Amino acid sequence: MAYSLSDDPLILAGKSFRSRLIVGTGKYASLILMREALERSGAQMVTVAVRRVNLNDVSGESLLAYIDTRRFTLLPNTAGCYSAEEAIRIANLGREAGLSDWVKLEVIGDEKTLFPDTEALLTATKILVKDGFVVLPYTNDDPVMARKLEDAGAAAIMPLGASIGSGMGIQNPANLRIILENASVPVIVDAGVGTASDATIAMELGCDAVLMNTGIAGAVDPIAMAEAMKLAVESGRLAYKAGRIPRKLYAIASSSMEGISR
Amino acid sequence: MTLEINGEIQSLPSIKNIEELLQHLGLGHDRIAVEVNRRIVRRQEWERTPLNDRDRIEIVQFVGGG
Repeated sequence: MAYSLSDDPLILAGKSFRSRLIVGTGKYASLILMREALERSGAQMVTVAVRRVNLNDVSGESLLAYIDTRRFTLLPNTAGCYSAEEAIRIANLGREAGLSDWVKLEVIGDEKTLFPDTEALLTATKILVKDGFVVLPYTNDDPVMARKLEDAGAAAIMPLGASIGSGMGIQNPANLRIILENASVPVIVDAGVGTASDATIAMELGCDAVLMNTGIAGAVDPIAMAEAMKLAVESGRLAYKAGRIPRKLYAIASSSMEGISR
Repeated sequence: MTLEINGEIQSLPSIKNIEELLQHLGLGHDRIAVEVNRRIVRRQEWERTPLNDRDRIEIVQFVGGG
C-alpha cells in the first residue's frame, strides 16, 4: 500500500504529533499576525521563551492570550542562557510556569554565531534528564555530540541546519545524514531554515521534523510563508518515504522508442 | 517593607506572602513562575510562603521565542 502521511505521526517522548513542523513565537510584528501564522503552519507544538514579567505594564497583552494551549503544545526554551547552571534554572522556571516537563534546551557558547556550548549542553542535559525533564537539545551538526546527547537521555537531537536566524539553509547535509544513521531518537533540524526548499531538504534527508522561527516570522508575508513551510515539510517527508530515484550522469529516455514513426 | 522584584528595589506596604504580593502587583496566576531568593516556590505554596524584608523575588512568564 502507498505510504500516507496520516499513518505516520511524529512520536516524540511517547507523544504523537500529526505535524512535523515546530514553530517559534518570536519576532512577529504583532501577536495577531503570529496567531494567524501559527494557524496556517499546521504546527502542533510552539516554542516560547521564559522572561521577567514587566511590572510596569501588567495589563499588557500576554502571548498566551493568542495561543490556544488545547491545540498547541508549549515548548519552553532556555534561549539566552550561556551556562549549564543558567539553563537549568530557566528550564525549572519554565516547568513551573508551563506545568510540563518538556524543554528545548539551549546553552549558547558564542554571542555572534549563537553556536551551542556543547560541553555545557551535555552537562545540563544529564542533570535535567535526571530531574525528569523531556530534554530536546539544540546542538551543532556534530555526530559525536549527537550520540553523547542521546546517551545522556535526550528525547530528540536538534542539530542546527545553519546559524540561528541566518536563513542559510542546510549547510552540512553529510553530517546530518551521519547523525540520522546513528540516532535512535527523533532528529529535528533546529535553526537555519530560510525558505521552503530548506525545510524540504531537511525532511528528504530523513529528519523527523523541522523547528523554525525566523524563516516564517521574518518573511515579507509570514502567513503565506507559514503555509509554504507546512507544505514543504510534508513534501519532504513524502519524498523521503517514497524513495527518490538514483542520480545518473546520462539521460534515460522517458518515452519508449518502440513503435516510433519515421 | 523593601523587596527586590525582577531586579528593581520596591518599597511596599507590609506583605505577608507570595499570594498577597501577586495580588498587590495585579498579576494573575496563570503560567507564571516565582522564585524567592533563587529558590522556585511552587504555586501550591504561594499562600503559605512568607516574605521577608529584602527578599529577592523573580516573577517570570512566557514570551515569544524560538
